[in-house]
Amino acid sequence: MAYHRFDAVIVGAGGAGLMAAIQMAGKANVAVVSKLYPPRSHTGAAQGGVAAALGNTEEDHWEWHMFDTVKGGDYLVDQDAAEILARESIDAVIELEHMGLPFNRTPEGKIDQRRFGGHTRNYGEGPVRRACYAADRTGHMIIQTLYQQGIKHNVQFFDEHFLLDVLFAADGACCGCVTWDLRTGEINVLHAKAVLIATGGFGRVYKITSNAMAGTGDGVAIPYRRGIPLMDMEFYQFHPTGLYKLGILLSEAARGEGGILRNNLGEAFAGRYAPLLKDLAPRDMVSRFIHQEVKEGRGIDGKDYVHLDLTHLPAELIDAKLPDVTDFARTYLGVEPKTEPVPVQPTAHYAMGGIPTDNDARVIGDEHATVIPGLYSAGESACVSVHGANRLGTNSLVDLIVFGRRAGKHMLEFVRTTGFSELPPSPDALPQAEIEAVMSQPRGENAAEIRERMQTLMMDNVSVVRDAAGLESARAETQELKRAYRHVGVSDRGKVFNTELMEALELGYMLDCAEAIIEGALSREESRGAHYRTDFQTRDDANWLAHTLVSKTSGGLQIRKKPVKITTFEPKERTY
Amino acid sequence: MRIKRFDPENDVKGVFRDYDIECDPNDRVLDALNTIKWYHDGSLTYRRSCAHGICGSDAMRINGRNRLACKVQVSEVGRKVTIEPLMGYEVIKDLIVDMDKFFDAYKRVKPYLIASDPPAQAERLQSPADRARYDDTTKCILCAACTTACPITWTNDQFVGPAAIVNAHRFIFDSRDEGASDRLRILNQQSGVWRCRTIFNCTDACPRDIKVTQAIEEVKRALMVEAL
Repeated sequence: MAYHRFDAVIVGAGGAGLMAAIQMAGKANVAVVSKLYPPRSHTGAAQGGVAAALGNTEEDHWEWHMFDTVKGGDYLVDQDAAEILARESIDAVIELEHMGLPFNRTPEGKIDQRRFGGHTRNYGEGPVRRACYAADRTGHMIIQTLYQQGIKHNVQFFDEHFLLDVLFAADGACCGCVTWDLRTGEINVLHAKAVLIATGGFGRVYKITSNAMAGTGDGVAIPYRRGIPLMDMEFYQFHPTGLYKLGILLSEAARGEGGILRNNLGEAFAGRYAPLLKDLAPRDMVSRFIHQEVKEGRGIDGKDYVHLDLTHLPAELIDAKLPDVTDFARTYLGVEPKTEPVPVQPTAHYAMGGIPTDNDARVIGDEHATVIPGLYSAGESACVSVHGANRLGTNSLVDLIVFGRRAGKHMLEFVRTTGFSELPPSPDALPQAEIEAVMSQPRGENAAEIRERMQTLMMDNVSVVRDAAGLESARAETQELKRAYRHVGVSDRGKVFNTELMEALELGYMLDCAEAIIEGALSREESRGAHYRTDFQTRDDANWLAHTLVSKTSGGLQIRKKPVKITTFEPKERTY
Repeated sequence: MRIKRFDPENDVKGVFRDYDIECDPNDRVLDALNTIKWYHDGSLTYRRSCAHGICGSDAMRINGRNRLACKVQVSEVGRKVTIEPLMGYEVIKDLIVDMDKFFDAYKRVKPYLIASDPPAQAERLQSPADRARYDDTTKCILCAACTTACPITWTNDQFVGPAAIVNAHRFIFDSRDEGASDRLRILNQQSGVWRCRTIFNCTDACPRDIKVTQAIEEVKRALMVEAL
């Protein structure tokens, strides 16, 4: 076992983790841990843009952005947090430009902006150009730029180190974490005053997903196992346009630039459901439109997909503004988007829920917002909540840079004024035992088989449309899979890059995430945002204008409610 | 599939193993590797993450060419495929090579914007033409396919390699950057651009279709202009 001591440890080197690291670099002793190399983080897969009310191409105001975020989230958004998101995104985007991010430019040389789903002018009157972008690889440019800054500021990186545990002192304060050096197999104890969990999402619990294979919810599941609740886990976003069967994302920017969804009759169906915004309605809605078209027999060839039509767009526009996503269609489906429609279906994309935090990214342990000292989370792993029941396109990148930055600033103050808590005795005992259990199974269960069963059942029963019967059976089967998981084994007995063991541990994390999603979805007997119940088809503000907190207790899983903060916008029916 | 195996702990040193598996023609080579790992031989080891060609994890030699396993379909490579690790870096296990040298070379060219104080509360201005000037080299995903395809890199471990030059180019030709002379000085050294013999392996290997050799030539030209 190796021991290290840092003021702060950041787990996850995506947008949120690196943004936080840069705030602290040179001012505190900080380490960034990633199970990948930092520029391989999934932030790099984000395509379309990052919203900020710069007003560079037409009138815009942060208040409109805040409203769209609240309405897009079906009023489950904490409005004080949404205000921070909309206000501070302006500064944060400018800061990215100052760091060197190569945004596309207007003829005057300012950051160019384009339309995106659910972003409107004057509180819902029509689409507005708010998404700042760099072709259709905005996330790639963000991760590259932040990694470059990390190098510039001499941030200490622990590349290819896997998170095994988060440590708590006797008084409940977080005091570090345990990681596993994939290259050597050595266990590391990182003693710290503060830990930021910025490990991203867990889309790999689903069969069809846009998420990287690394998106296994490691940093979300570990605190949950240690008794910290997870918030709003039932809200999982399905992006309407994943490549058929593969789930690879085709950016909403394709529709922002004029792309149209069509059914097997060639009909542009979105306008039937959302007369004003049509194809640019929020993602939860468009995914349901597709589900409905397919259900009513208007999927292409009677199957569960529709067409994304870009053929009417000028070829130069496609080349200039959508080069990567059209390349995906060519590479993986052999479809030329300039002349042929692209087969698409909803794909598991983004967790609105996660580790509950306050507006400074501090993790909170209950419905009274009691702070757990020293533990922070930001980005997709966290739930502030700025996305409520459904995240608007581009707001994930906004979340990363705004709340990653706030996390870094707050942690810097915290570590300057706080001492080290004492580590618990044998801090690595628990993860060592978990690894030993997997390594010692002579002929254990195959992790891949359990994983496939989980992914299929989550897709069938816990995706765009849900009901009690499907959720109950998903719950029962998940518990069965968890029992099987206790006997999971590996054939690779080595220490060096034992990725078979890594995948087995990741499966354990995903099963916990799946369990929490199902529990939240069963408890919430209403339809709101991405959570649509056929047995409770309407929103029920009287009973459910509240966040859910699911936690593991000695008596089993417990669900509690946490009130939503409403400061400015009273809940209204959500139409587009 | 023939896969070159290496396991430092079990005295398996660069032997080929054959695997017979069924694939859909549309499957990625990465899908085939996953099938082997998940259902035939759990010890097969490789890096992967995004599975659609943007994270840069799974560069490897596929039928002798550097490719991303997630960006090549089985139908393109045929029924018999040979998979080997990237050349020029030490193999750690199976298809995983030591990337330290790669990232060290990258860091040597100062791959970050060097610029004096920006305007307060506003972006720097940059014309669309100035922005377009370095667009191609912003696409790099640091996968190392180009650098490990370069014969110079195989024999000269001081050479910074194509990827580092691509990332230097991205800043040298950015109108906002003021560090060009510093980077050009670094690339004018023994280990810099003059080692390039315009072999074009890098350009062929790039999964992002970056015109790597052209970028290197542009850096050479900038050095000539500066010398004059």
